[in-house]
Amino acid sequence: MKKRKQKYIEEAVMKVVMYICVFLVLAFVVTIIWTIFQKGLSSVTWDMITKVPGPDFNTKNDGGFLNAIVGSLLIVIPSTLIGIIISIPVVFYITLYRKRNDKLSYAARLAYDVLYGIPSIVYGAFAFSVMVLVGMRASLLGGIIVTTLLIIPMLIRSGDEIAKSIPDEIHEATYSLGATKYETMKVILRQALPGMMTAVLLAVGKAVGDAASVMFTAGFSDAIPKSLSQPTATLPLAIFNWIIMPSPFPERAYAAALILTVIVLVLSIGGRAISGHFSKHNL
Amino acid sequence: MDMETNRSSLVVNNLNLSIDGNKILKNINLTIPNNKITCIVGPSGCGKSTLLKTFNRLIDDTEKVKYFGEVMIGGKNILSAKGPELIEARRHIGLVPQRPCPLPMSIYENVAYGCRIHGLCKTKKALNEVVEKYLSEVGLWDEVKDRLNSSAGKLSIGQQQRLCLARSLAVRPEFILADEATSALDPVSSKIVEDLFVKMKERYTIIMVTHTLRQALRIADYAVFIYLGEVVEMGEAEKIFNNPQNELTKKYLEGVFS
Repeated sequence: MKKRKQKYIEEAVMKVVMYICVFLVLAFVVTIIWTIFQKGLSSVTWDMITKVPGPDFNTKNDGGFLNAIVGSLLIVIPSTLIGIIISIPVVFYITLYRKRNDKLSYAARLAYDVLYGIPSIVYGAFAFSVMVLVGMRASLLGGIIVTTLLIIPMLIRSGDEIAKSIPDEIHEATYSLGATKYETMKVILRQALPGMMTAVLLAVGKAVGDAASVMFTAGFSDAIPKSLSQPTATLPLAIFNWIIMPSPFPERAYAAALILTVIVLVLSIGGRAISGHFSKHNL
Repeated sequence: MDMETNRSSLVVNNLNLSIDGNKILKNINLTIPNNKITCIVGPSGCGKSTLLKTFNRLIDDTEKVKYFGEVMIGGKNILSAKGPELIEARRHIGLVPQRPCPLPMSIYENVAYGCRIHGLCKTKKALNEVVEKYLSEVGLWDEVKDRLNSSAGKLSIGQQQRLCLARSLAVRPEFILADEATSALDPVSSKIVEDLFVKMKERYTIIMVTHTLRQALRIADYAVFIYLGEVVEMGEAEKIFNNPQNELTKKYLEGVFS
C-alpha cells in the first residue's frame, strides 16, 4: 500500500519539476525576445533597413545598415545551399552505402562530432590563416567558405541521425522492387525531409547569427559588396561592434538584433511550410 | 516478357550462410515448384526468414554475413549477381514484408513507383492502366479509386498490405516472397491476403514463410520444414502434413515445440 502511494507522489513531483523547467526556458526566451523587440522597435527606422551608412553615420542618424543585412544574407544563403549540396551525399554515403558499424563511418562520425564542437572563432582563425597563406583578403567569398565549413558538421551529424531513424523496411521495399541505392536514397530523403529541414534551419540560425567566424574572414564594410572578393558587413558583427560604442550605436545594435531575429523567424516559418508541402504523404 | 511460356524455376544448391561466424543455413538444397505456393515452416530462429532474404539478396545488408552455394533462377546464380544483374534479378522477385511498408507517397505513386524507376510505362495513360490493373488485382481499386492521391499511410494495415502486394506485382515479377505476410493483420484482412495468394499462384510462384501452421495447412501446395538451419523434410504439402517421415517434423506438427 505504501509503495502504491509512493509512486503517485513520484508522479506528482516529476510533473512539477517539468512544469518549472518548461517555465524557466519559456521565461528566458520571452525575456530575450521581449528585450530585443522593445529596444529594437523603439529605435528601428525605415532608413536603417533601407540605406547603407552615410558619411556622417558615426555622429548622427545618417543612413542605415542595409550593408549588414544584405551581407548576412549574401553569406548565409549561398553557404547553406553549398552546405546542403555537400552534406546530403556524405550523409547517405555513410548511412546507405557503408554498413552500420563500418570503421570509415565510425571515423567520419567521430570527426564530425569533434568539428561540431569546435568554437566558431577557431574556424574563423583557421580560415584566416589559410587566407593569409594564399594571399586572400577578407571578403564575401571568405565569409561564405568559412560559414559553409561551420555548418557542414551540423548538417551531417543531424542528417545522419535522421537518416538512421528511417525504418529499414523502406530500404527493403525499394530494393525488392529493383531500385538502386540512389533511387532508394530519393525515397528516404522524402521521408526524412521534415527532420532534415529542422537540421537546416538550426544550421541557418547558427550561421546567420555567428560573429566570430566572419570577423576575420568577411571583414566589415560600409558598402554592399559588388563582387565575391570585396569585404562585407554582417549583422552579428555589427551588433558586436556597436553594442559597446556610445549613443546612437547601442540603439542601432538593438535594431540590428531585431532584424536578425525577424530573418531567422521568417526563414523558420518558410522552411517548415516548404517541407510540410513536400512531406504530406509521409508515414 | 511472356511469363506463361518463359518460366524459370528457383533451385537452391548447397547453400550455406553464416552471420558473424554463426552458421545460420547449412547445406540447403531445394527446388521450388513453379506456380505453386511453397510454405517454409519451422520453429522461430530456424533460418526461414534468412533463407527468404537470400533469394532476393536483401541479406546483403546484414552485417558480417557470408554465404556460398547457388540460388539459381533461370540458369543464373543470384548469389553471384552484381550491380545491374542484381537489380534486374530483384525486379523478378517481389516481396511482401511482415509489416506492410508503404512508401512515403500517394497510393497512386506507390503502385507506379516500380514502373517509374524501371521505365516500364511510356505514357501517363499506360501508367494509369497499370495502377488500376494491379490495384484491382488485389481487390483494392474499388476501395481507393476516389482517393488515389491521398497518402498510402492513411490506409488501414490490411489495405496497406494489399497495396504493397500491388506495388510488387506492378513490376511484373515471377516470384513472390512473403515473409509472414499476414502476421500483423487482423483475421479478416489476413483471410483476404491469403485468398489472394491462392488466386495468384496461377501466374506467380509464391514462396511464403509462415509461423502459423494452420495457414500452411490451408494454402500450401508444397512444404519445406527447416530446423536449426537445415532442411529436415520437403515435398507435397499433403504428404508432409499428413504423413511426415521425419521424427522432428512429426513432433513439430504435433506441437511439441514451435
